[in-house]
Amino acid sequence: MRATVDNVINGPVYADVPKPRFEPGPAGTHITIRGLTKYFAGWPLYENFDLDIPKQKIVSVFGPNGCGKSTLINMIAGLIPIDAGEILFDGKSLKDTKIGYVFQNYREAMFPWMRTIDNIAYPLKLEGRSKAEVDRRMEELVASFDVKFDLKRYPYELSGGQQQTASIMRALAPNPEVLFLDEPFSALDFEMTLFIREKLQEVFMKTGTTMLLVSHDLEEAVYLADQVLLLTKRPTRVAEILDYRDARPRTLETLSSASFVAMKKLSLEIFQREVRR
Amino acid sequence: MSSPSSAAPWAPPAAGAAASAPPRESHWVKALPFIGPVVLFIIWDLVVRFGLIKAILLPMPGDTLLTLVSGLAGGPLLGDFAVTVWRTLQAFLIAAIVGVPLGVLLGSNERAYRSVEFLIDFFRSTPSSALIPLFLMIFGVSDVNKVAIAAFGALLIVVFNSAYGVMNARKQRVMAAKVMGASRWQIFRDVLVWESLQPTFVGLRSAVSMALVIVIVAEMFIGSDSGLGHRIINSQQVMNVKDMYASILAAGALGYALNILFLVAERRIVHWSGR
Repeated sequence: MRATVDNVINGPVYADVPKPRFEPGPAGTHITIRGLTKYFAGWPLYENFDLDIPKQKIVSVFGPNGCGKSTLINMIAGLIPIDAGEILFDGKSLKDTKIGYVFQNYREAMFPWMRTIDNIAYPLKLEGRSKAEVDRRMEELVASFDVKFDLKRYPYELSGGQQQTASIMRALAPNPEVLFLDEPFSALDFEMTLFIREKLQEVFMKTGTTMLLVSHDLEEAVYLADQVLLLTKRPTRVAEILDYRDARPRTLETLSSASFVAMKKLSLEIFQREVRR
Repeated sequence: MSSPSSAAPWAPPAAGAAASAPPRESHWVKALPFIGPVVLFIIWDLVVRFGLIKAILLPMPGDTLLTLVSGLAGGPLLGDFAVTVWRTLQAFLIAAIVGVPLGVLLGSNERAYRSVEFLIDFFRSTPSSALIPLFLMIFGVSDVNKVAIAAFGALLIVVFNSAYGVMNARKQRVMAAKVMGASRWQIFRDVLVWESLQPTFVGLRSAVSMALVIVIVAEMFIGSDSGLGHRIINSQQVMNVKDMYASILAAGALGYALNILFLVAERRIVHWSGR
């Protein structure tokens, strides 16, 4: 009783800031981020950050070092807690959304105690699918990825590119609504990068899964993207969102086409402007 | 669980590299591990032969080995050897059956571990032999006593290693499971337990060595009428040095064999370790 009286008489010393009204994004938005705030060691990394990520598009995230590209997708994927704000997938929370995530470091993302095939089937088993369903989905995946290596082997017996292919298959196995890719090519050689890039494009054209790609290679970022999201230095804001509309499937010819080169140049200009700022 | 070698004949690259080396060198390399023991054997023999150490203190190595072999081949040494093995095994099993689950549980709840960390570290650092009098008061001069104190010393090592195995699990594997929608229990069952397996094996291997040490010490000093420790101290009392050295060698062989056994088991079960 006394506590309540005290509360009323001495009142709180801070003002109650009313929560801003939730503004939905434009039509075709998949992920809405509103008022996202994240502090690192007392310094704001993101402060009141708003973003709309379109549905059935590939968005490449690009920005200066330390601006929190990976942090951004990790917060959206729920791997890093956020200090304030709201992230909704088609109006649902993360809990009700099926997502897939591909890590840069495939070695520490796969489970070495399971055979590669069991690794890929693991998210399906978590969903409690029946053996027949799992088998059917695995066959589909193997066919669409045109797998040439033995999935009965353990992940550590495969090459880096094969392991990353397997971990992309694992991420795609449960047909996620959103696929997150955190620098998926950084630990791979050039040949494997080209191969996996083509596979991702194929999968995207077939399924239209919304993809969020973090990359430190501008060419890679633009090549796969429908939208290039350029970020500023911290505290991070959106520097620019560029739409890249070249038709798919994009090929190696695309890399030398005028529109691709122009898009890359523009992205680079904005990037450099932000780095120097 | 099966090892990869049983299913697919997968050859590690190291084997191929060794095979391509010139054969003469590889013979040499194979002989290397035997050089140390043979040199020791020769020095031992010479030292006794030339009377640098009196034969009453150190018997001839050949005689000692003969005593060891005949003792283990159905002689009285075999009985004591078996008793020590059995006690060590009992102590180890208690430590493993209690310690692994306890360690894994403590490790998956870091607050729980922090609250008992000091106790574990303190008693882990205390020489278990210093606790023999305490255990004497609790269990009396009995067979149970020897097993109990060895189990206690081994237990702490197992708990410590299993707990740290869970706590040091690769964060990214845990994240990978989490992002796929695994519940806390599923993460525990499918990731943490497996991640802790390798450190757990390190713990079990140290624990079995510790159990053997304490069992031998206990057999020496807690009124005992059997076991290698009892045999070593008894032969020393009556200056039966041949028997004493044979018993010491038997204890050493036992420790070495247990270590190898656990290394092999670890390599088969934790087949991904170091890869």
